Amino acid sequence: MYVAVKGGERAIENAHTLLAHERRGDPSVPELSLAQISQQLTLAVDRVMTEGSLYDRDLAALAIKQARGDLIEAIFLLRAFRATLPRFGATAPVDTAAMDIRRRISATFKDLPGGQVLGPTFDYTHRLLEPSTDAPVSEPATGAAYEGTTPRVTDLLANDDLIERDDNSASAIPGDLTREPLSFPAERDLRLQNLARGDEGFLLALGYSTQRGYGRTHPFAGEIRLGDVEVEFFAEDAGFAVPLGHITMTECQMINQFAGSATEAPKFTRGYGLAFGHCERKVMSMALVDRALRARELGEEQAAPAQDEEFVLSHSDNVQATGFVEHLKLPHYVDFQAELGLVRRLRAQFESAQDVGDVPVREAAE
Amino acid sequence: MTQLLGTGFTNPVLSSQSTFRAVIDALALPGSIQPVARTATGPDPLSPCAAAVALSLVDQDTPVWLDQSLASDAIAGWLRFHTGAPITADPANCAFALIGDPANAPAFARFQLGTSDYPDRSTTILLQVDSLTAGPSWTLAGPGIRGTQHFQASPLPPNFAERIAANNALFPCGVDLLFAADDCVAALPRTSRLIGAS
Amino acid sequence: MNAPVYNFAYLDEQTKRMIRRAILKAIAIPGYQVPFASREMPMPYGWGTGGVQVTAAIVGPDDILKVIDQGSDDTTNAVSIRKFFARTAGVRTTTSTGDATVIQTRHRIPETPLHAGQILVYQVPIPEPLRFLAPRETETRRMHALSEYGLMHVKLYEDIARHGHIATTYAYPVKVDSRYVMDPSPIPKFDNPKMNDSPALQLFGAGREKRIYAIPPHTSVVSLDFEDHPFERYRHEATCAICGAVDSFLDEVVTDDSGGRMFVCSDTDYCATQGPHEVKRV
Repeated sequence: MYVAVKGGERAIENAHTLLAHERRGDPSVPELSLAQISQQLTLAVDRVMTEGSLYDRDLAALAIKQARGDLIEAIFLLRAFRATLPRFGATAPVDTAAMDIRRRISATFKDLPGGQVLGPTFDYTHRLLEPSTDAPVSEPATGAAYEGTTPRVTDLLANDDLIERDDNSASAIPGDLTREPLSFPAERDLRLQNLARGDEGFLLALGYSTQRGYGRTHPFAGEIRLGDVEVEFFAEDAGFAVPLGHITMTECQMINQFAGSATEAPKFTRGYGLAFGHCERKVMSMALVDRALRARELGEEQAAPAQDEEFVLSHSDNVQATGFVEHLKLPHYVDFQAELGLVRRLRAQFESAQDVGDVPVREAAE
Repeated sequence: MTQLLGTGFTNPVLSSQSTFRAVIDALALPGSIQPVARTATGPDPLSPCAAAVALSLVDQDTPVWLDQSLASDAIAGWLRFHTGAPITADPANCAFALIGDPANAPAFARFQLGTSDYPDRSTTILLQVDSLTAGPSWTLAGPGIRGTQHFQASPLPPNFAERIAANNALFPCGVDLLFAADDCVAALPRTSRLIGAS
Repeated sequence: MNAPVYNFAYLDEQTKRMIRRAILKAIAIPGYQVPFASREMPMPYGWGTGGVQVTAAIVGPDDILKVIDQGSDDTTNAVSIRKFFARTAGVRTTTSTGDATVIQTRHRIPETPLHAGQILVYQVPIPEPLRFLAPRETETRRMHALSEYGLMHVKLYEDIARHGHIATTYAYPVKVDSRYVMDPSPIPKFDNPKMNDSPALQLFGAGREKRIYAIPPHTSVVSLDFEDHPFERYRHEATCAICGAVDSFLDEVVTDDSGGRMFVCSDTDYCATQGPHEVKRV
């Protein structure tokens, strides 16, 4: 007698045990510590915090370890935890002009107040595998701390009215797509939030496509800066902003061409990227896509994928994307059975039509 | 202010859940009477049942409008303290309206009615009534109702049948009505039609 | 490090209230998709996060929960979701359709007729019935607003012209209360008639797409069709090899590599309550 397949519960438990076993690997190799991950795989931690939308290095390190280094899985773990946290409010906007700079480069001015600071970058490394990365490293060079301010390049341009100004309208409270579902058309605040959480690879490809002519925006890397900014929270009962601490952020201000219009003199426009930690590729890609998505408000033609707001914003989230792609692993017996029945019936009709020498089923009129 | 604060749910998780289930049953079966356990007390004249329904549904994301009978510092303070809900003076801007004096309720069209693209963005009106077994009596039809359903409440806003018909005509837009008596709720979603007095 | 502490039924209270408000509007506007701020859940998007959020927002200590996937209580995803609620809400669970107060389902409606007081929660992958005709939300939202459903009829009619049949076998579109065209989730069209005038409340949750919709009890649900091509249910013309049922939706099971196959009920609880039956190989 046929017995339906059972034992789903035991199969799941066994799979979990096997997974834990594989995660640990060879027990004779020392186990990774969270400190090792957060200290030595810093850029992985930064990406997980950025796309996971949660600034917590220790939890991000835990997520990376638990996910066996699968960063999208780690991002998912962090997001799922974030979703359960109570919400106290929103911080005051961080002031990146007051950033404690560790790296700052501009591709538009040779020198500028605050100077160019190369900082910790892969940029000029020769990509040669170096088996001796575990050798002791020499102390980094130090110099006198820079005393002056480091204004943003875009602010310098704005002083001469050569670039559009930041929209600082205080009345506009930014939306939050983790609390309100995204609706279209989406304003720039929500677009930027979506891009900040979006998959680095997806944004990289889209940004790249704009450089190759699919929605060209003539970008210049006005400035990329990395460093620590202070986070403040406006406490209603105290009546003033309370400092909560410092976080590391990367910011990219892309400067783009704009021809002007009948009513407006030509000036540069902006694309913007911001991320937790050191995520340079991410913020540059984000800035390119942000600018491309502004085609509508700037009256430009919208034809390229990167300019298509619904397309970009609906597909940028890697936690959503991976879930839906991978859900094809779930059983679809029922729907497949229904399709199977239909295909068999259609084939039977086709064959009987052939038998009587009839013309096969007519094609639909186009 | 503290002596006027009333109480919140003693068990916020389970009381919210059980109160919500009464409301969902009321809305899914329009006109039916669903019992609500006494789990919270609001400042007078807010009834414990209306208080529980409010606690289970409103928070900082839902502006609340209070009619004149409920617009006291005590009730506004209680709502703010237990739910964080902003109190608004503009009925066209509220997610929930709490009406303690149905006989003087403003026209439903003064509340948020939603749009044809987003008909869900409309006000839910909670009317505090004395009884769901006395007063004018109506026969209802519409989704959630098998055949017809008896509905009774007292007091009701004047020209009730005309108000409901006007609200029906806005579908898919329109307001949804909850009625809170002493220890029970009933509801008339925008789909419920009054097909006669009974 | 913040040590994770989880609430009853996992979701925090603010999230539950947000979902509850969306459910109330969904019931008030039958078949209309209410946007909601879906949260990341501890299972992947596409694996029932919408259904899980709806269930988490309604379930209480008095409930008895049944979870099915493909009609079965025993598929891995059904087991996993049932365990999630047993663990986070301590809720009682059952495999009996009749005993359950809340039934979460993926791709099937139970064969045993539902009764008043029950809530059926569907997991929905793509809630927009017009999505594959017009992928943009901005366009489909206007179509719903204007009741502009001509495109859907054109699509179904093209099927008829091409195949002589409407070639949609699951997720077959319906019209709810004569107003909104709705995607019933990927249930086989065999199940469509069960939605009409059901005594149970039907709730639909799409987590990734951030939509909740509902069919109140005793509401008209009509499968779209044409006068000359009326809607037809479909099931394999066979008998369940386990219970002998001739009225249930059947899964085909391949028994060997030389064409051997048999048919068994997709609804395992229904099958178990029909009593044993001598196996008939097809």
